[in-house]
Amino acid sequence: MTALIFEHSRPGRRAAGLAPEVEETIDDLPAVLLRTRAPFLPEVSELEVVRHYTRLSQQNFSIDTHFYPLGSCTMKYNPRAANRLAMLAGFLDAHPLAPARTRQGFLSCVFELQEMLKAATGMQAVVLNPMAGAQGEFAGMAMIRRYHRARGDEARSEVLVPDAAHGTNPASAVMSGFRVREIPTDRDGDVDMQALRAAVGPKTAGIMLTNPSTLGVFERRILEIAEVVHQAGGLLYYDGANLNAILGRVRPGDMQFDVLHLNLHKTFSTPHGGGGPGAAALGVGPRLEPYLPVPFVVRDAAGHLSWAEEDSRPETIGRLSAFMGNGGVLLRAYIYARLLGRSGMRRVSEYATLNANYLARRLEAAGFELAYPRRRASHECIVTLKREARELGVTAMDFAKRLLDYGMHAPTTYFPLLVPECLLIEPTETESPETLDAFVEAMTRIREEAGRDPDKVRQAPWTTPVRRLDDVRAARELDLVWRQEGGPDPV
Amino acid sequence: MNKLSKDLRYTSSHEWVRRDSDHEITIGITDHAQEALGDLVYAEIYPVGKRLDAGDVCAVVESVKAASDVYTPVTGTISAGNPALAESPEIINRDPYGEGWLLKVKTARPVDLSGLLDADGYEHMLADAH
Repeated sequence: MTALIFEHSRPGRRAAGLAPEVEETIDDLPAVLLRTRAPFLPEVSELEVVRHYTRLSQQNFSIDTHFYPLGSCTMKYNPRAANRLAMLAGFLDAHPLAPARTRQGFLSCVFELQEMLKAATGMQAVVLNPMAGAQGEFAGMAMIRRYHRARGDEARSEVLVPDAAHGTNPASAVMSGFRVREIPTDRDGDVDMQALRAAVGPKTAGIMLTNPSTLGVFERRILEIAEVVHQAGGLLYYDGANLNAILGRVRPGDMQFDVLHLNLHKTFSTPHGGGGPGAAALGVGPRLEPYLPVPFVVRDAAGHLSWAEEDSRPETIGRLSAFMGNGGVLLRAYIYARLLGRSGMRRVSEYATLNANYLARRLEAAGFELAYPRRRASHECIVTLKREARELGVTAMDFAKRLLDYGMHAPTTYFPLLVPECLLIEPTETESPETLDAFVEAMTRIREEAGRDPDKVRQAPWTTPVRRLDDVRAARELDLVWRQEGGPDPV
Repeated sequence: MNKLSKDLRYTSSHEWVRRDSDHEITIGITDHAQEALGDLVYAEIYPVGKRLDAGDVCAVVESVKAASDVYTPVTGTISAGNPALAESPEIINRDPYGEGWLLKVKTARPVDLSGLLDADGYEHMLADAH
């Protein structure tokens, strides 16, 4: 295993030869603010730093190096053009407090992205200030809460969440002070309408729905669901996790949703994984428009762009962060959307669904069991390996680990929770048929290996820099901070 | 196959319930539930003295795959949590109906478990689902 940068450290070693000589003058700082000991930093040469981080990057699995069909995550190709343009000096070097009149270029990108996403989702207004999908959900639920309160409707304490909704939905509802009521799914993956009708009532604040759901199928009775929830006085929240399947074809606004968030880092192809950086768009219909979080970009009659803030938005739920979201991610999403245009957005969903259905049918033909064989897949499909687990003693996790040896990132495992021994596979629109065929071939060969030599699969991966980790021990004995033997706390 | 005890009652959300006395029950998760969750790494039992309505969350169990709420099927007050789980949540995997119990709930009214599934009913429910 690779040593930590701290383990390369030697006292006094630094890149001094390459650094400019600067006189240190800190006389004007009050003594109370000065450190009493030097910060605990690794002492290494510049070359050691370059080698260390280059080596780490080479050990990484990423969309730039490997097929990455991680279900529900939309790990599509991030176009270099978007990176390049978002890193123009005018964007990178701007100060976040620079007055809006000096930032009209950046503001026009943000404004146009707001407008394009309004058109793509069918919502009345879109803002881009959430720092990630989960914050978009939180803001959406906070607006629903504010809406009911403003009407004096204090009894609405429950949020309905279908068990096929995105996993973050119940968490966001609870964080916003609601109680969650789970609604079951029927055999073909649609919401159980009978259970929904029984659950709605004067306590219903709203429903959080992901469509297509995490089962990889489109919720066919969405208009009926909207009618039932609206009639009961609740609002509809759309989780955009799976928007890639319907982009340019079906609009959440037309499905009667009152509020939504989109994960720009997924559908609009900005680099993500490893926890960030995310960015979300938040869209609302007329009922929630007054409560939108600030700031967002508005254009006056003369075409000048400025930030709408608390003073012009008295009913806002407030700010989600000090500034206006992840500017760099928003720029990438804007450039991506401009590159695609309207027809390109339709092409995204066309090829995303074509690839998922091609993969599903080929896996089925190779003898794997689809979780919802009677349904057309959306942009992702689910294989259940319960038969392989029972007959060969090799689990979905074992298949996932062995795929790494075949040079492919594992699909999502054991999610959704409704399907035993499952792999949730999302190829995205940017993969070629040859790559999809190679995946089916790898799955088939792993099953053959499992019959012949199960330990080869059970103990995989064999070729990665780190072999199989002990998840259980890692979770029970958390050890997150490196500390030198007898040394000080590094923080 | 799942081991089901005839002496227990079961819920559709995979808890088991044992009547200890007219005013106290013990709650745990079923063998099916522990198997579906996989290796458990954490169990949080809500504090002793907390009042609960039937259907409320009374504990959270977390495995390497998922975190899952545990619901009480009866109204009452938490009277005990299994102290061994803080150090060794894996007991739930090893012995879900015995040493791996989660908590006890005291009830004001006499315990009534007639609305819950018996072993046959729970087994049928599992068979239907797969």
